[in-house]
Amino acid sequence: MKLLYSIGRYWLLMRRTFHKPEKWPVYWKSVFGEIEKLGIGSLGIVVIISIFMGAVITIQMAYGIESPLIPLYSVGLATRDSLMLEFSPTLVGLILAGKVGSSIASEIGTMRVTEQIDALEIMGINSASYLIQPKIVAALLINPFIVIISMFFGMIGGYIFGVFTGVVTPYEFMLGIQWDFRPYNAFYAITKTIFFAFIITSVSSYHGYYTKGGSLEVGQSSTRAVVYSSIVILIFNFVLTQMLLI
Amino acid sequence: MIEIINISKSFGEKQVVKDFSFLMEKGKTNLIIGESGSGKTVTLKCMVGLLEPDSGQVLYDGRDFEHMNFAERKEIRKEIGMLFQGAALFDSMTVEENVMFPLTMFTDMSQKEKLDRVNFCLSRVNLETANKMFPSELSGGMKKRTAIARAISASPKYLFCDEPNSGLDPITSLVIDNLIKEITEEFQITTLVITHDMNSVMEIGDRIAFFYKGEKAWEGTNREILKTDNERVVEFVYASKFLKEFRKNS
Repeated sequence: MKLLYSIGRYWLLMRRTFHKPEKWPVYWKSVFGEIEKLGIGSLGIVVIISIFMGAVITIQMAYGIESPLIPLYSVGLATRDSLMLEFSPTLVGLILAGKVGSSIASEIGTMRVTEQIDALEIMGINSASYLIQPKIVAALLINPFIVIISMFFGMIGGYIFGVFTGVVTPYEFMLGIQWDFRPYNAFYAITKTIFFAFIITSVSSYHGYYTKGGSLEVGQSSTRAVVYSSIVILIFNFVLTQMLLI
Repeated sequence: MIEIINISKSFGEKQVVKDFSFLMEKGKTNLIIGESGSGKTVTLKCMVGLLEPDSGQVLYDGRDFEHMNFAERKEIRKEIGMLFQGAALFDSMTVEENVMFPLTMFTDMSQKEKLDRVNFCLSRVNLETANKMFPSELSGGMKKRTAIARAISASPKYLFCDEPNSGLDPITSLVIDNLIKEITEEFQITTLVITHDMNSVMEIGDRIAFFYKGEKAWEGTNREILKTDNERVVEFVYASKFLKEFRKNS
């Protein structure tokens, strides 16, 4: 019952969120501000994680391929496909759910408990549209680029650590990376990323927007935002994979 | 002028406001006073649409707020300035940006015009040098004054203040009270102050409604409140033992 209530309240909030902005110049300024805050601000951690993620995948693939019948370039191929299909979109999605989701929920939650949202409403401003819409739009615009950057740095990490540890030669790795490339995989990855971007920003905003109480409750909302965003991401990961790959 | 007609509001079984009516005149400082939890803030929230009353009407210069659609309410809200208990300044914006915010959202003024208006409002609340400060750098009194400047920046017709003196010392409270009264008279605004501070009542209360357990128990002026025999009001005004003794002897 509580779940149904929450889902209903979430969709009502989304209906209020997607209203025409009060003033376009203010809106676009806000969107670019959010792109910088939510997107550019997350690049550092995404790059670091992607490099090591690529390195580990490469070494694990090389470790798993023991048969001389399997060509060594398949290490590069498997690293590329693992990064593109799953690790970059989903793992980066989960990392952003933690970093960006908690930040959104605590920002909006603090505004709620300090009556800043009430102040917006009394001024005649649709607070949901003013606060949440720019965050969602910013994430939808920037997250695909972040995931592409993650894929790139994952492959760089795989190349550097694979070659450095001697599990694969530069030629074989580069051959594997280019072997049998399917553009549809990129479409699948970007589609997932767009869904995940919407989930992270909207679910976290929902938890922040309906915060009640004080600083303790803001912290709880922030934790809930990360937990629920992550669960919904994993569910949609399965659903989208089922729909797009099978 | 604002007219509240028979407003009632319940939360579940608990009736918080019962048939409350009150007439607030233009250019006057109107007060709703009463103990904590007596329904004052709920009434204010019903007036601005943050809560929906179960029954009753709120008329803003004859316009029935309760029966308006979202767009019509929005137009009324643009005419309202509000001072919150905790000031509710946007903490990611400077003082200047906070005061400029309503102008940016609702007017087509140029940047220079907006800045001139902001500087006028800030000088009106004696905060000429705080433009570039953030709310976290301000004292309680400065936050309240910034919130007043923001509330009046878009030239509102109605000003609502929820516990404007909470957390302030008596001297700063007096400054805020006088500022509210001066602004009300100067700009001919209809002002409503929610408070339980007796200094405010005596200083600025042109018209006062006393709330007791969600009902209006008394109505009058700041002069009349000292002379009334209403038991509830006497209990509230002369709350301390010392004042009770003082009243008895005088």
